[in-house]
Amino acid sequence: MREAVPYAQETSFIGAPYLPGETERARDIVLRLERVSLRYRLPNERLSSFKEYAIRRLQGRVRWVDVSALRDIELTVRRGDVLGIIGRNGSGKSSLLRLVAGVLRPTSGRVWLKGWPVSPLLEIGAGFHTDLTGRENVYLNATLLGHPKKVIDKRFNEIVRFAELAEVIDAPLRTYSTGMMMRLGFAVATAWDPTILLVDEVLAVGDEAFQVKCGARINSFRERGVTVLLVSHDLSLVRTLCSRAIWLDAGSIRAAGSPDEVADLYHTAVTAGAVADSLDAGTR
Amino acid sequence: MVDPLAISLTHVGPSALVGEAGGLNAQLSAGENVYDSARRELPLRHEFLEALRYRDLVLQLVARDVRTRYKRSVLGVGWTMLSPLLMMVVLSVVFSHLFRGDTPHYPVYVLSALLLWNFFAQSTTSAMTNLVWGGPLLTRIYVPKAVFAISAIGTGLVNLAFALVPLAAIMIATGVPLSPSLLWLPVPVVLTAGFALGVGLLISTLAVSFRDIIEVYQLILTALYFLTPVMYPVSVIPVQDRWWMQLNPGYYFIEAFREPIWAGRGPAPETIAAATVISLVTLAVGWIVFSGRADNMAARI
Repeated sequence: MREAVPYAQETSFIGAPYLPGETERARDIVLRLERVSLRYRLPNERLSSFKEYAIRRLQGRVRWVDVSALRDIELTVRRGDVLGIIGRNGSGKSSLLRLVAGVLRPTSGRVWLKGWPVSPLLEIGAGFHTDLTGRENVYLNATLLGHPKKVIDKRFNEIVRFAELAEVIDAPLRTYSTGMMMRLGFAVATAWDPTILLVDEVLAVGDEAFQVKCGARINSFRERGVTVLLVSHDLSLVRTLCSRAIWLDAGSIRAAGSPDEVADLYHTAVTAGAVADSLDAGTR
Repeated sequence: MVDPLAISLTHVGPSALVGEAGGLNAQLSAGENVYDSARRELPLRHEFLEALRYRDLVLQLVARDVRTRYKRSVLGVGWTMLSPLLMMVVLSVVFSHLFRGDTPHYPVYVLSALLLWNFFAQSTTSAMTNLVWGGPLLTRIYVPKAVFAISAIGTGLVNLAFALVPLAAIMIATGVPLSPSLLWLPVPVVLTAGFALGVGLLISTLAVSFRDIIEVYQLILTALYFLTPVMYPVSVIPVQDRWWMQLNPGYYFIEAFREPIWAGRGPAPETIAAATVISLVTLAVGWIVFSGRADNMAARI
């Protein structure tokens, strides 16, 4: 299957898909995307109301357009990899994470992974209910992530201890500070070592201290063999945290390799593009 | 518990992976389920197994809805009981003279039907709103989407159970005997729940694409409310016009629920038969339509 990897025409494949210096031994694969394409079928205008749709339909005026979000993505991720995914807005980064999370199915191709369900790091407060107590929220949140109640019972004390919220765990969540909610969400999401962790940096709001804590946590995950997929605009974060990186451009992998190489390529292209854009704007 | 995904570990598609990692299957550690988008099961079966696997989530969602509802209001549990009672009083004041000849114990007649109607209207509506409001979350994490409709019905059942308490009080107060026919009640309740789940799944499927379905549905509910003999006896409809009443699915569920309470006798066999057929067909259609589209709902929410 190796020769089938189509980092074809528009893709400049640089470096091996492994860490530099690593032998090409068969490390175990935890995620594999094979010729994955994702297309959305959308109406050419946003028809969000049924009334509008019915009228247009009767008039025969509903046209559909296929939006191609990802094209022929070929990707293999191994245990312990921290894969940085960079690219401009709308390049397909979030679509890729959704495919891996199993939220969407590919239109064609195949997504294969170990460690289902994949846990995403959610933004603070997602899946929380402020009228419920901390305890109730732990159960709600963890069941949303697919854990049965029995499993949560066993980990409950540990979660509370990690979040340092033992005294207030039976108080309603609306009495919590943002920091407390953040700690609770993080404690639940990371209470079980996931095989694959999805981090969408756009969502990772929070102060610098929390960012540092997140980084430390991701590093510790990496040491324990957890695979991390990190979507980020922050190139320095990708350079420091990741072991590999890919650059998505208009739904295709434009480059893949070591974080530094990919980040450099991306940076060059973006700066060049920005210059071209501004020149373009200037001549008009 | 039997985990459908764990079972599939044994037949992970070998073709694509053998070349790269021959020992892949051997390296799978315990508790690491495999997901393979190429392995497509029958959607309706898959959604069912997944909903079953997430049954603890269903319970948590029901607990959330029940708790938040009662924590918010000063009256607590009393509110579920009080609002239909208030409605009953109003309807009794307005209509009991009008329907006196045909309907003895009018308050019980109207309250029993009202409780079942509320159960249906509320649980189908929240099946839809649960899914739409869960939207932002559903674009990030995988959750079998049917759990939202199922938990809405579950919450409705809990509220219905609470509301039976004041109904019993009214029965005692107005001298309607608590007869053994009340043992029939679980049958119409289960049938109505199945029907509500089917309807809830169908309108949820629509609501994902068209938000205004939520408002359209409220209009339809209001119309159906007046077309269903909730507050008037069937006898006020001229005999030659009753055929459209028979076309209304709500009629059978209301009748099957009200007869044991108000008339003190089991529902007519043909009522139960009709309700069973309607319930099963609606549930089957709803489930098939919903599960077939559940995969890509996250792209539309």
